[in-house]
Amino acid sequence: MSLLGKDLVGLAGLSREQITTILDVAEPLREVSERAIKKVPTLRGMTVVNLFFEASTRTRISFEFAEKRMSADTVNVAASGSSVSKGETLVDTARNLEAMRIDMVVIRHASSGAARFLAERIESNVINAGDGTHEHPTQGLLDLLTLRQRFGTLEGKRICICGDVLHSRVARSNIWGLKSLGADVAVCGPRSLLPNAIGEMGVQVFSRIEQAIEWADALNVLRLQLERMQAGYIPSLREYNRVFGVTRARLERAPRDILILHPGPMNRGVEIDSDVADGPHSVILDQVTNGVAVRMAVLYLLAGQKASLADVAKGGAA
Amino acid sequence: MSALLVKGGRIVDPSQNLDAVGDVLLVDGIVAQCGGTIAAPAGAQVYDATGLVVTPGLIDVHVHLREPGREDVETVATGAHAAVAGGFTAVCAMPNTKPVTDNQATVGFVKRQGEAAGFARVYPIGAISVGQQGETLAEFGEMVAAGAVAFSDDGKPVENTQLMRTAMEYALTFNVPIVEHCEVMSLAHGGSMNEGIVSARLGLKGIPAEAEEIDVARCILLAKRTGGHVHLCHLSTKGSVDLVRWGKAQGINVTSEVCSHHISLTEEAVEGYNTNAKMNPPLRTAADVEALQQGLKDGTIDLLVTDHAPHHYDEKEREFADAPNGIVGLETALGVNITYLVETGILTLNEMVNRMSCLAAKIWHLPGGTLAKGSLGDVTVFDPKKRWVVDPKQFKSKGRNTPYGGHTLTGQAICTIVGGKIVHQVS
Ligand SMILES: [Zn+2]
Ligand SMILES: [Zn+2]
Repeated sequence: MSLLGKDLVGLAGLSREQITTILDVAEPLREVSERAIKKVPTLRGMTVVNLFFEASTRTRISFEFAEKRMSADTVNVAASGSSVSKGETLVDTARNLEAMRIDMVVIRHASSGAARFLAERIESNVINAGDGTHEHPTQGLLDLLTLRQRFGTLEGKRICICGDVLHSRVARSNIWGLKSLGADVAVCGPRSLLPNAIGEMGVQVFSRIEQAIEWADALNVLRLQLERMQAGYIPSLREYNRVFGVTRARLERAPRDILILHPGPMNRGVEIDSDVADGPHSVILDQVTNGVAVRMAVLYLLAGQKASLADVAKGGAA
Repeated sequence: MSALLVKGGRIVDPSQNLDAVGDVLLVDGIVAQCGGTIAAPAGAQVYDATGLVVTPGLIDVHVHLREPGREDVETVATGAHAAVAGGFTAVCAMPNTKPVTDNQATVGFVKRQGEAAGFARVYPIGAISVGQQGETLAEFGEMVAAGAVAFSDDGKPVENTQLMRTAMEYALTFNVPIVEHCEVMSLAHGGSMNEGIVSARLGLKGIPAEAEEIDVARCILLAKRTGGHVHLCHLSTKGSVDLVRWGKAQGINVTSEVCSHHISLTEEAVEGYNTNAKMNPPLRTAADVEALQQGLKDGTIDLLVTDHAPHHYDEKEREFADAPNGIVGLETALGVNITYLVETGILTLNEMVNRMSCLAAKIWHLPGGTLAKGSLGDVTVFDPKKRWVVDPKQFKSKGRNTPYGGHTLTGQAICTIVGGKIVHQVS
């Protein structure tokens, strides 16, 4: 059994040691992507199924790169289904995958708990690539890696997650991961988009973006889904930008330089302005690069590889 | 003449203030004599109840038997069988069947299915509105004539407040309760568990306590206005208990019930996305559980019920938010209630029997609920100390969806007697 156990369904419950190990493994793996031949043989002969019940081009591509750079065989399954039939689909899919003797499954699903549901029913390793409004652990890990690279340590650093925390899987993974590594965590957004009991999760709650900017060393700005306006959680996107938007004018009043993270894709002019997204404090593209490295690390650790890290990074004979 | 003598048990009958070791004689389906030492008449069957508790047959006023429409999930017969296995001699069947039990013919059908099965007595509850659509009042009079004992759109609330008012007023003609599933749909919408820290952690949309409490308040105020009898289903929050307590103090004709699962489990049972802990109203917090237990103790909550809601295994075997609500309860309720209420000292055995039998008959005007001479020969014999492990595979219900599988409970029905005949017995 690997250090991570069989599956990675979330960052809740992972120890500081486990998270640190993933990040430590990810660091040297970044270098693989810098080479002319971006491949190591680590997972040669293993089959990974990317099972996406919900479209997510970015996450899927990032996983696919990670798998291919580790030399795994990958199969992409885009399973869609009406809300009525998807329950049967998930159970049946699990049984079918199990029968095909695959090694790992990366699952993205619209229902909270779907990754765990699958993990409990198949022998293969399961990696959660986002389940409903629950967790998105590899996104959380790439945020941690990005912050750690900039800050050296997260101990005592103040990170504020801004926006639609209620519907965000990234926010929960961030909260647990950041707290495990010793950061102070806050959330900021309209109360209609924050879970009622969020304070009980050990985070500060800011109701004004100005307060968050005054307090934080880094802001993780969440994507505001346009449906939230239609569903009546906020009056309009325009007003959201006026009240909660991360703008250059607001950042200029900050007492210190603030790192800006965003899980993408961005709504420029809504939750974040272009000059912030493309500005000097944005680490948004680092996040994308780190995403591949973190996913390689997770695949590596779940596969329970015995090879030393140095060998992996060197590449060996492909 | 057929005679059955239940000998030597501890007779607990709050309707007669009776708690003493003695015999009960049933002749031709009626209680012929109760208490003291009774000599067995010639040819009488004798049941030795030494060391056991003998009570008026337990009554559950809130069950879902799924027939007509979902006979694959439960039938009146399998549900009534599960009832007697759990010690219940009578159950009231909710009308959210397919088709809806909203007319004389369907009410009569459910009643006849119950009689044909020959297990627990089955009293149909008619729908308040035609098709449970919440628009037009159903024919209460016709349904009462066919055997309906109450009216409810359970499964959902009566959202139209004017319709609810009319229902309470119109039901006065027939002296039957209007039974409300308290939920403000626009507030509960899309929720799949209690709104709180656990839902925040699991990333599930929560149902706030106020979704129930606002409807509880509305119904109490309408009962005040109309003088009608409103019976509030499956209370789950402290706020609801407080509101009912206020209503009763005002002399308003409100009664209420609580499910065995709501007095024994908290929202923590949902951890791991356990769909067998998914129900509506959802499991709440420890503070709510305590308030519900206190509400039972002080009489704010009148009845203990199960809200028995069978579902197929594969319907529950799915993502949490999409799984159906409800659990089976008929075969675990007595054990759960003894374990979590009597063993813990919250209720005496007498108080529990009152809330599982005598009061149910009294406030819903049902036969039974007493062992007084001349009443129905419905008797439950149970062992209040027997420890047993819940094994859903043994259920008589077709449903296996219980959060208590593998739990050890104290207290079990040993012999269930309906109309003077033993219909369930543990050897
Ligand atoms: Zn209900
Ligand atoms: Zn019900």
